[in-house]
Amino acid sequence: MRVVIVGAGEVGSSIAASLADSHDVVVIDNDASIVDELTYDQDVLAINGDGTDLEVLREAGIGESDMLIASTDNDETNIVICGTAAVCCDAFTIARVKRPQFLRTWEQSRGAFGVDFMVCTDLLAAQTIVGVIGLPTAQDVDTFADGLVQMAEFEIPPESPVANQTVSEADRFDSLTFAAIIRDAEIVIPSGETTIRPGDEVVVIGSPDSARKFSAAISPEESRPQDVVIVGGSEIGFQVARLLEQRGFKPRLVERDPDRARWLAEQLPGTTVLESDATDQSFLERERIGDADVLLATLDNDQQNLLATLLAKRLGVDRTVAVVDTGAFADLFEAVGVDVAVSPREATAEEITRFTRARRAENVSLIDGDRAEVMEVEIDAGSAVAGRAIREFVPELPPGVVVGAIARGGELITPRGDTVVEPGDHVVLFADTEVVDALTAAI
Amino acid sequence: MSADWRTVASLVGTVTKALAVPLALSAAVAFVYREPTAPFLLPAAGSLLLGVGLERLPRRDIGIREAFLMVSLTWLVVALVGAVPFLLVGSGTFVSPVDAVFESMSGITTTGATVVESFDAHPRGLLFWRQLVQWLGGLGILVLAVGLLSQLEVGGAQLMETETQTQDVTKLTPRISQTARLIGGLYVGLTALVVVILLGLNVAGLAPRMGPYNAVAHALTSVSTAGFSPEAESVGAFSPVVQWTLTGAMLVGATNFVLLYALVRGRFRRLRDSEELWFYLSVVAGASALLAVVLRIDGEFAGLEPTLRHATFQVASIVTTTGYATVDFDLWSPAAKHLLFLGMFVGGMAGSTTCSIKSFRWLVVVKTLRRDLFTEIHPDAIRPIRVGGTVVDEGTIRDVNAYVVLSLLVFAFLTVFVVVETADSGLGVTEFDAMGIAAATFLNIGPAFGVAGPYGSYAGLSPATKWVLVVLMWVGRIEIVPVLVVLTPAFWRS
Repeated sequence: MRVVIVGAGEVGSSIAASLADSHDVVVIDNDASIVDELTYDQDVLAINGDGTDLEVLREAGIGESDMLIASTDNDETNIVICGTAAVCCDAFTIARVKRPQFLRTWEQSRGAFGVDFMVCTDLLAAQTIVGVIGLPTAQDVDTFADGLVQMAEFEIPPESPVANQTVSEADRFDSLTFAAIIRDAEIVIPSGETTIRPGDEVVVIGSPDSARKFSAAISPEESRPQDVVIVGGSEIGFQVARLLEQRGFKPRLVERDPDRARWLAEQLPGTTVLESDATDQSFLERERIGDADVLLATLDNDQQNLLATLLAKRLGVDRTVAVVDTGAFADLFEAVGVDVAVSPREATAEEITRFTRARRAENVSLIDGDRAEVMEVEIDAGSAVAGRAIREFVPELPPGVVVGAIARGGELITPRGDTVVEPGDHVVLFADTEVVDALTAAI
Repeated sequence: MSADWRTVASLVGTVTKALAVPLALSAAVAFVYREPTAPFLLPAAGSLLLGVGLERLPRRDIGIREAFLMVSLTWLVVALVGAVPFLLVGSGTFVSPVDAVFESMSGITTTGATVVESFDAHPRGLLFWRQLVQWLGGLGILVLAVGLLSQLEVGGAQLMETETQTQDVTKLTPRISQTARLIGGLYVGLTALVVVILLGLNVAGLAPRMGPYNAVAHALTSVSTAGFSPEAESVGAFSPVVQWTLTGAMLVGATNFVLLYALVRGRFRRLRDSEELWFYLSVVAGASALLAVVLRIDGEFAGLEPTLRHATFQVASIVTTTGYATVDFDLWSPAAKHLLFLGMFVGGMAGSTTCSIKSFRWLVVVKTLRRDLFTEIHPDAIRPIRVGGTVVDEGTIRDVNAYVVLSLLVFAFLTVFVVVETADSGLGVTEFDAMGIAAATFLNIGPAFGVAGPYGSYAGLSPATKWVLVVLMWVGRIEIVPVLVVLTPAFWRS
C-alpha cells in the first residue's frame, strides 16, 4: 500500500516510522530541515512543499496512493488537505483534528469535508484518561453513537450479588441489554432464564448511566474513585469532565481564567468548577485537594502539568494523571512520581496506525481478543431491516447476533421485540466474529 | 420629553378602537335578555371614535421607553373605558365611580376582586361584560408577554425577562405577529373547549345550572385565571363534575402557553423536561393534599371526595390566581386559611395568564439561596443557576431577586395601609384579613378573607382604600417595573 503523510511533526513522523516497514510511505512537510532529517532517518520519500497544493500532492503520487494522512498541527489545514486530495483521487483520507467540533460535524455525515476518517486528538486523549479511571470493574469499555451508547464487558466476581441469578433477575436497569455471556471461552447469547455464574464475562450494551449502575451492582463494595479533581480547563480537561459526567462522576474542575471558568460551569452541569490557580496553597487546603482519589492535570503545558501533579502527590492524592504534550517526556514524568502520563500525540499516532492496519470504517469494538464484535451500523432506507420490527427480522439474521441499542436523533432507544428500526438509526449490534460478514450482508 | 408619546398614543388608540368589538358583543347579550343596550353601544361608539382619533397620530418604531409607556397606559386606558358601562348601567354598587373603576380594573388585570354585593341587582348584559373584560385581560397579558415584549428585546422589563428565560419564546416563529396570533388562537381554542365541555355536561344532565350563559361566562374567566362569576356562590353553585372541570381549566390557564403549544404539536418531551411545570404542579398537588388533611381533621366535609374536591379546587384557584370558590373558605379553621394565604404568593408559570410571583421566580430564588450556601464553603466555585437545564444569566437572577423583594415590600406596606385606613374609617379589618386583601389585590388573585372573603365584597372598604387598591392591581399585573420605570425622571430625559 502506498501512503502519503502530510505534516511530519511528532504524530506524522511516528506514523511514518511504524508504517515504513510494510508500506511505501511518502511524507510531505513545508519545513525543509525536517524533510532532510526524515530522508536520512527513515526509509521514506520526503517532499518539501505545501500539502494543500494539488501540484505538491500530485508530485507525491497521490493518484497512485491508497491512503492520505493529514497530520499537520493545524485542524483547518488538515481538513483542506483531505478535501484537496478528494478532488483528484480515490485515496482513503484521514484527518487529525484537535477540536471536537470538527469531529461532531464529520460524524453527522461521514465523508464530510472529503475526510473518510477523522481522529480527534483532544477527545482521544480525554477518552484515554477516562479509560484509566473509568469503570474500575469493567474489563473493556467502548462508546458508540457519540457517547450515547456504551458497551462494557465485566467479569462477575464469585461474591457478586448477581452471581447465580438469572439474567431477568439481574437486569434491573431500563436501558441496558445483556448482549452476551462469555463462559469458558464459549459465547452464550443469554435469554431471560440464563443463569449468570461467577467467572462469567458479561457484555452489556446500553446508556453509560445504566452501565455504571450495573458496574456498581455487580460489586457494591468496589473501590471506584469518588473524588476526581481535574486541574486545567483546556479542551482536554473539558472533554474529560464531560465524559466523567456521562459516567456519573461529579468531578471538580479547577480553571484559572474567570471567563473560561464561567463557560465551563455553564457547559458542565454535573461538575463543580472552581476558579483559582491550582498551585495556590491556601486554595488547595481550603478545597482539601489532598483528599482527592485522583487528580488529572490538563493544563496548557508540560511544566505546569508536572508541577500540578507533583504538588498533588505531596498533598496526599492517591493517583495522579498528567497530560504530556511532548511524547518523549512521558517516561520522565512517570519516573519522577506521576502515576500515569498520557500523550495526546502518541495516542493519535497509535489510533491512526491501528486504523491503517485494520482499515475499518465503522465503529467497532473487539470482544475477548477477536472472538466477537460490537459494532455500530447506520441503517439506510434501502436496508432490509429498515421500517421493520426487531422481532420480525431477527430470525433472518445469522445466529449469535444481538441488537444492543438504537440511537435515533440523539436519543437512546432500548430495543424490544416490537421496536421498529427506522432509516437513519444507528444500531449497535453484538455479533460473533464468524457471522460478521453474513450479518453485514443481511442488513 | 424623549419618549415618543405620539407613537404610544397611537398604539393605545388601536387597542381602544378594538374595545368596540367586546362592547358590541355585550350589547348583543343585553339585547337577547331584553335589557337596555345603550350602556354598551355608547362606550363602543366612544372608544371607536377615540381610538381612530388617537391612531391618526404619527407612528414610528417603538423602543424600550415606548414599550414601557405603552404597557402601563394600555392597562390604565382599558380599565377606564371598561368602567363606563358599569357607570352607565348604574345599578347596585356601581353608582359610585370608584366602584365602577375598581370592578373594571379588577377585571382587566384578571384579579377577580369584586365590589358586587347582590348579583341579582345587575342586568345579565353587564355581568357578561364583567366576564368578557377578564378574558380580554388574560389575552392581553399573554399576547403582550409571549408575543410582543419577548421579541422587542425590552431589556430589564420583568415581563419579558421571565417569559423568555423560561421558554424559547423567540424561537416559536420568526415574526411577532405570527407568534401573537398563534398564542391568541390557542387561548381562544382552549376557551371554546371549556365552553363545549361545560355545555356537554349540561346536556348530559350532569350540570343542571350550567346553561349557555354560565358556560360561556365561566369559560371566559377560568382559562384567563381571572375568577369573576355571575353566580353569588361562585363555582359553589354548580355540580361536583363542573368543579373538577374548572379546576382543570384553571390549571391549564396557568401553564406556560408555549408549553401548551408544544403539547398541541405533540412534543410531549418539552412538558416532561420543564422543571417549572413540575415545580408548579408539585406545589398544587402538595398544598391540596395538605389542605385535604387539615379539612379532614377539622371534619369540614363528610366524605373523602368532597374533601379532596374542595381542597384541590381552592388551592388551584388561589395558586393559579383565579379566585373562584366552591365554599366560603373564610369560615375554615386558621390552619386551612393560612395555608391558602401562603398559596397566594406562588402563582402559576411564566408565560401564562397567571399573576403573582410565579414558579420560575421561586425556582430562581431557591436555587440562588442554595448556591449562596454552597459558595460559603467553596468560595472559588462557579455555579451557574439552571432552570430546566438552561442557564439563567446573572442579570436575570439579580432582577428576579429584586422583583421578589420589591413585591414583598409593596405587600407589607399595602397591608399596613389597609389596617390603618380601615381602622380610621371604622371598618376595622384585622391584620390577617388586611394581609389577605393586600395579597389578593396586588398579586391579582381576587377574594381574600374576612369582609373580602370569597362570598363577600370589597364594597365596604373606604373610597381611598379602593383607589389605592385600583392602582396596585394595575401595578401588580404589569409586574411593577414598567410603572416604576415610567415614573423615574431618567425615563423622561434623553
